[in-house]
Amino acid sequence: MAFELELISPVEVAKGYVLAIQEYTLLSAQSLANFFRHPLYMGDMLQQADLIGVGSLPIVVLTGLSVGALLALNAASTLERFGSVTLIGQLVSLGMVTELGPLITGLMVAGRNASGMASELGSMVVTEQIDAMRALGTDPTKKLVTPRVGATAFMLFFLTIIADLLGEIGGYGVAHLLFGVDTNQYWTSVWQVLVFRDVFTGLIKPVLFGFIISTVGCYYGMSTRGGTQGVGRSTTQAVVAASVLILITDFFVTKLIFAIFGYR
Amino acid sequence: MPAPSLPSGNPAAAVVSPSGYAIEFDKVAIAFDENVVLDGVSFQLPHGETKALFGVAGSGKSTLLKLAMGLLRPDSGRIFVLGEEVTRMSEQELFQLRRRVGIVFQEGALFDSLKVYENVAFRLMEERISAAEVERRVREVLRFVELEETYDMFPSELSGGMRRRVAIARAIVTEPEVLLYDSPTGGLDPVTSNTIVELIVKQRDVYKTSALMVTHRLQDAFTMATHQFDKATNQMVVLPKGRHCDVPMSFLILRDGKVIFDGDGHELATSRDEYIREYIS
Repeated sequence: MAFELELISPVEVAKGYVLAIQEYTLLSAQSLANFFRHPLYMGDMLQQADLIGVGSLPIVVLTGLSVGALLALNAASTLERFGSVTLIGQLVSLGMVTELGPLITGLMVAGRNASGMASELGSMVVTEQIDAMRALGTDPTKKLVTPRVGATAFMLFFLTIIADLLGEIGGYGVAHLLFGVDTNQYWTSVWQVLVFRDVFTGLIKPVLFGFIISTVGCYYGMSTRGGTQGVGRSTTQAVVAASVLILITDFFVTKLIFAIFGYR
Repeated sequence: MPAPSLPSGNPAAAVVSPSGYAIEFDKVAIAFDENVVLDGVSFQLPHGETKALFGVAGSGKSTLLKLAMGLLRPDSGRIFVLGEEVTRMSEQELFQLRRRVGIVFQEGALFDSLKVYENVAFRLMEERISAAEVERRVREVLRFVELEETYDMFPSELSGGMRRRVAIARAIVTEPEVLLYDSPTGGLDPVTSNTIVELIVKQRDVYKTSALMVTHRLQDAFTMATHQFDKATNQMVVLPKGRHCDVPMSFLILRDGKVIFDGDGHELATSRDEYIREYIS
């Protein structure tokens, strides 16, 4: 069997990327605009909130606990050398609330739900169900995309709070059981180190990450071409793109918040 | 095989649009990359008429239906559906028009995560019709396609022919003014195909809805042209020789992106075009 290598012009590749960005931007804007247009599919939004939020709870609980415990374990080995092991609570709290809680939860939910959305919508595209929906007079972005965007942004906010809390519990387990840090001292330092800026940073990120996960997942799903192979391709691309976008956005959001509120 | 019992609903009277046609294509052309699919296609579907659309695989039959629904945009030309110019309408305006048109996709395109009842009721539920009324109409239309027992089943639990019948039920539940069928018998065995054709004939003769039917099976279209639904016996019966069906039936053949034939059964049978003669032989 002979394989032919097809050369594609760099201009065509660049055009393809620009077109993809344009289509993604349009879909994202449309999904937001739909919140202000009738009908608003509340039933679908609640169903998605259950699938995305409640369904992701086990992995968020496990990763939150593990990351908090690991953070405490790694920090303790350094802090112990300076006799400051009692500061573990501060480190875990700051690390979880401002950075690791939103990031790890976002990446976990991206892996689970961006792929799910891309494969579900992709399958609907290749079996003409999206065309059928349009033919029945229903806007697929209203019925399918907007409920997913709303549900993911809303649920990721609460999932991140749960991950933050469990991370601190995981850190407490390590600090108390392995390094003998007093319970009261740990939780006081966890609480006292946080200022408004930290909580604001930690709670604005999941909303943005939720928006990215859902819009990227839906975009790749809705632009699926080429049968079942195309569905598989869309699924993989959705997870990769959502994860990369989350990491890039995280950097810029953190930088922006530092620019607005100043460094600690 | 006797056809399913008649629904009690009132058949929708054909609505006359300002253009005088249910569907009108005017020099429509569309290409995908370098591949020209339709090249200056023009034809009209008068109100109340059924037109069977033929052509070899890849001749643009399904594309033509998607263009009529506004699911695709042509590169040039104009398309009118129920007097409205589809080619100049925004997607939001098209959603309103599509509510007056029913379409049966090639593989049915049923929503696989919804039950048969929810699939058929989809449009009605979008219109916020009361649950009791939705149930009454869904049961009525499922009875029409002889599938009332599948009410609570998922599409994956149905055979190919049953899925196609549910798709017809979904398309006609809102009593559309125009119906588009995309290869309704494609991939089905002859017996099931005949059941589907009988259902289409029944729909045509009971509701008198204008219809555009894409098919690759000539015998289906000829059956439709030579048979009529008899309300008294609730069956499809052969028309006596020389008698025409109450609902006009015409044929359209596409070749290389162009219309090479557009006329009635007699004109088709007496055509001297070599390609057409070979096609129908």
